[in-house]
Amino acid sequence: MELTSLDLKIWRGDAKGGDLVSYRVPVREGMVVLDAVLWVQANMASDLAVRWNCKAAKCGSCSAEIDGFPRLMCKTPIDEYGGRLSVGPMKAFPVIKDLVTDVSWNYQVNKEIPPFTPSDKDLSSSEPWRMQQKDVERVMEFRKCIECFLCQDVCHVLRAHDLKGAFQGPRAMVRIASLEMHPKDVLDRRPLLKGKAGIGYCNVSKCCTEVCPEHIHITDNAIIPLKERMDDVYFDPVRSLVNRLGGRSRKRPAD
Amino acid sequence: MALSQPVDSEVSSPRRPRVRNPYSRLPNWLYPAFVVVALSLFGIFAIWVVFFQHEGYYAPYLSPFYSPLIKVGPIPPGVWVAWAPLVFRLTCYYYRKAYFRSFFGHPRSCAVPERAGRRYRGETVFPWVFNNFHRFAFYATVVQVVFLWFDAIIAFDFGGRFGIGLGSVLMLANVVLLSGYTFGCHAFRHLAGGDLDCFSCSLAARARHKLWRGVTVLNIRHDRWAWASLLTVAGTDIYIRLLLAGVLHDPRWVL
Repeated sequence: MELTSLDLKIWRGDAKGGDLVSYRVPVREGMVVLDAVLWVQANMASDLAVRWNCKAAKCGSCSAEIDGFPRLMCKTPIDEYGGRLSVGPMKAFPVIKDLVTDVSWNYQVNKEIPPFTPSDKDLSSSEPWRMQQKDVERVMEFRKCIECFLCQDVCHVLRAHDLKGAFQGPRAMVRIASLEMHPKDVLDRRPLLKGKAGIGYCNVSKCCTEVCPEHIHITDNAIIPLKERMDDVYFDPVRSLVNRLGGRSRKRPAD
Repeated sequence: MALSQPVDSEVSSPRRPRVRNPYSRLPNWLYPAFVVVALSLFGIFAIWVVFFQHEGYYAPYLSPFYSPLIKVGPIPPGVWVAWAPLVFRLTCYYYRKAYFRSFFGHPRSCAVPERAGRRYRGETVFPWVFNNFHRFAFYATVVQVVFLWFDAIIAFDFGGRFGIGLGSVLMLANVVLLSGYTFGCHAFRHLAGGDLDCFSCSLAARARHKLWRGVTVLNIRHDRWAWASLLTVAGTDIYIRLLLAGVLHDPRWVL
């Protein structure tokens, strides 16, 4: 049966607390959850706080929890929910107001990751760098990240256990992987992985991969390969020795 | 437009009244329940075979629990062998997801609340920190897979004549699936070439890149290889055990 109206529950409140409030929204063809929320803001609750920008699933701003599950509002058709759904703010981050959360912790974590560091030779070279497609395509997957932080939100280490001081989360792992596997980067971030980044807290539940709107294989292509790289140094004495004698010794330790 | 005013807030409504995973039609409890039942049944069966059974050979078929066949005193032959695949599966990245979700509820399903308990430490503490030694279990399992291939080839030898029995087919299917599972392992993917930053920088690196791509193909469906091979290990052993007990007659075609 074609939907004519939507029973939309939106969490209203701030850091002190809040509750779900129901709104009845007329349905248009092709409507997504963000359309419905913006309709409420325009017609029924002008003080409703919602963060959004591109409405094309590319800016990563409209992350929320739809029926309790982390999704982008702009990429979620309402007809998946049969005329009734709830929208709430991301659980893993402090609420500012209504659907807007404070995600600044993710940017702080990002600053703690040593940036791209080429070799002195590459840095001083006047020639353009040449890289084969096969060398860059692996890290290109990680560059698709739109920083919606849905992976951070769904990660049970951050969401249920609130271990933000111990584990930097899947988004940080994707960024570290994009640098660590870059053919022109020479910095060794494996001590960071074992230490401050806390990769050992990840127990491979794969929820981050499940929610990623860019379909990045976060667990299989970023976290697990990084765990294996950490194991090379800290859990495999033979490989550790071989790496020290071989190519990996060119990696410089991060400060 | 048919509008309505916001209805009263739901008095005791939590921030998330329910969690519905949009990517799965199955209820949240089904996967963990399946894993608990399947792994428990297999575990009980494996303990019975390894510790309480001494016979697993019905010419020319050898149970995968007993390969390679080592008989020392009264100790059941499975004891010498079964530890390798057991540790391999216990430390496998797929099974980690499966048992952390199912037996420990970390998390039971994505975005669902976790039960309160001791402080979560992930894989940073005993015993889970031993999961970092997965590659060593891989090495041991590779040795066993070589023996299983030998057994599977021998299973087509009926007193010096080539033949095909139902047992031969089962043993071949078993070793094919076990090979797919073993050589699609994340640790092997890393060792094959995942640890390289530059795939094109040397002849060896280019060869390893090809190997890495091949392992990646197997790795994508690592969970399915894991379950299928678990099923054939149990099925092959049960079939040989039924032959030994005289319950079944092995259909054969011998040249």
